[in-house]
Amino acid sequence: MKFWKTKLALLGALCLLAVSGTGFAADPVKMAWVYFGPPGDGGWTFAHDLGMKMVQKELGGKVIASTVENVPESADAERVIRDLASKGNQYIFTTSFGYMEQTLKAAKSFPKVEFYHNTGYKSAENVHTYNSRMYEPAYLAGIIAGRMTKSNVLGYVASFPIPEVVRNINAYTMGARSVNPKVTTKVVWVSSWFDPGKERQAAETLIGQGADMLMQNTDSSATLQAAADKGVYAFGWNSDMSKVAPKAHLASVTQIWGPYYVMVAKAAVEGKPFKDNVWGGMKEGMNGLVSLNSSIPASVVKEVDAKKADIVSGKFKVWSGPVKLQDGSVKLAAGETFTDKDIDSIKFYVEGVDGQLPK
Amino acid sequence: MIRFRLVPRVAPSQKMLVYAPLLAVVLTLVVGLTIFAALGQNPLHAFRAFFLDPVSNANGISELLMKASPLCLIALGLAIGYRANIWNIGAEGQMYLGGIFASGLAIHYNDAGGPWLLPTMMLAGAVGGALWASITALCRAQFHANEILVSLMLTYVADLLVKFLVYGPWQDPMANNFPISISFGDDALFAPLASYGWALWEGTRINTSVFITLIAIPLAWFFMDRSFAGFQLSVAGVAPGAARYAGYREKRMVWLALIISGVAAGLAGVTEVAGPLGQLNDRWTPGYGFTAIIVATLGRLHAVGIVIASLLMALLYLGGEAVQVTMQLPKAVSQVFQGLLLLFLLGCDVLVNYRVIMIRPLGVAPAPTPPAPAPAAVST
Repeated sequence: MKFWKTKLALLGALCLLAVSGTGFAADPVKMAWVYFGPPGDGGWTFAHDLGMKMVQKELGGKVIASTVENVPESADAERVIRDLASKGNQYIFTTSFGYMEQTLKAAKSFPKVEFYHNTGYKSAENVHTYNSRMYEPAYLAGIIAGRMTKSNVLGYVASFPIPEVVRNINAYTMGARSVNPKVTTKVVWVSSWFDPGKERQAAETLIGQGADMLMQNTDSSATLQAAADKGVYAFGWNSDMSKVAPKAHLASVTQIWGPYYVMVAKAAVEGKPFKDNVWGGMKEGMNGLVSLNSSIPASVVKEVDAKKADIVSGKFKVWSGPVKLQDGSVKLAAGETFTDKDIDSIKFYVEGVDGQLPK
Repeated sequence: MIRFRLVPRVAPSQKMLVYAPLLAVVLTLVVGLTIFAALGQNPLHAFRAFFLDPVSNANGISELLMKASPLCLIALGLAIGYRANIWNIGAEGQMYLGGIFASGLAIHYNDAGGPWLLPTMMLAGAVGGALWASITALCRAQFHANEILVSLMLTYVADLLVKFLVYGPWQDPMANNFPISISFGDDALFAPLASYGWALWEGTRINTSVFITLIAIPLAWFFMDRSFAGFQLSVAGVAPGAARYAGYREKRMVWLALIISGVAAGLAGVTEVAGPLGQLNDRWTPGYGFTAIIVATLGRLHAVGIVIASLLMALLYLGGEAVQVTMQLPKAVSQVFQGLLLLFLLGCDVLVNYRVIMIRPLGVAPAPTPPAPAPAAVST
């Protein structure tokens, strides 16, 4: 017992030394990213990896960045996170919702390490959340779809009926109906974030039901590929997917994590850990609508650009009234807006979405 | 053209049957380290990072045991059936059910727990696993359905059952539609060993659930190698005709083998949900039920072999993560190691049980084919 106490004391002293050491000698800050998929998935993890690379590029030798890919959302994630913390990483980003509890548990054991959890809703003294308002570019994509559709049927390949996904379906539909009230959106749930086979099947089902503008809230480019094969249009999601199918690709709704990661890294290098929860959108540059297809008429591009400018300036909010429910009843009257808390607990379809929300 | 043919050996060397897994490990190491060298890494450095660093401290040992424990438990149960040629491929599904049954109690008695809760959950988990396995047993024993297909298909049903529960009745009302249950209370969790004042395990995740496996190992050994029921199962596996002639009841053996493996898998499910996870969600299992099939095969369907194989399998996981963290090598490296290990093991097995003969073109008499071998008790 005594032995352990001395050893602990020694360890503490060493830690102190290490901490004070960073004060004058500019030791690089060790940062680590926990990835859900491989960086080559071309979607979710790819977007995070781009952000990580931006940190490496902008801060160079001041930061040592490391990544762990393909980490399952089981109890294994906690081991990976703890391992990273025990190897001296002072800033750890866990980039999937399924790491929430594991991040919180690991954070309790490492109070000196700052953790940043992507898309979760629980934070702690040293666990901070960050997320992107994907419903903003999804609304803009909806405008393009509403203008371009010939069948007036849009298709949406969806993953899980959580508020994040439901509000993106709604935003896409609201954007389309803002320019074309005849539009309806059909939804197919695949119960997975990344399953190219199922995503493709869902896309083909939607096309079979007459949808000619496909969108997805899943991680692969399978929907876009299916659209290309069947001669309809589709959007990219999470990352720029224009190269996958240049003709069928209308535009990509992208996540842009670089500026956020760089901001956290800069604060870290200065020794002042960034501790806020961030939920950023187009204004903060955390997402965007990119690589618009040249077949989109200039008037539509202009329309989208104008709406984008309004979103960035704050003049237009996607979740402002009037918003109607499927049965035509008013959920949000003109002039009213949802708070972030409301937006974060959306469990309803808006008017124009077909079918029933899975409970 | 010269052709090759595999001819069964008259009597496979018993010694080589034991050495084959070791040989496979050595070959895996040699090829694996060559791959590291080809990737531009110092092989010795890589070897240390992959196999030694992950277990160089108490935390690493704790993680190794936590990973190996459920694998070992499930594999022990499977081995009992595999010896009798009863191929339960659905341990994953039985593990799901174990987790579901235990979680049901944990969620229901969240506010009214007590020291009785965890033992009851273990019992419920064992019953859950056994019930799920008994569907397969019923189909095989009564309708002669193929137990491989039935047990595998039931795994997908079990997966959907978990999804139904965490999206529906057992969803945490505070979770914003996310598919997770509430976090279990302390009464429903295996206590960390550190909480018993074991300074050695301070700050590690290892918990009392490892004792289940520690107790299961000698029990499984005794059952397989010393009990009459275990003997009957082995006989049924190697010589079904003899087993029937001796009057062993086949149906009873099917039920026994599947129930035992179901109980083991169900318990493993409890150790996960009531262990490091502490809740039920829709993606909690890291595929232990399937990996355990490899572990059972690698361990030669023998209790001691399975213990070693589960530790090795766990080390491959940890090593794969470690080289990602320290050397920034892709995760595929650990999968390459697993693949190599299986490939070499199967290769060694073939060469132990068969010999290669060369068939020369016309005019040369082929070597005489020796009679079929006496089946070895534990050959795969």
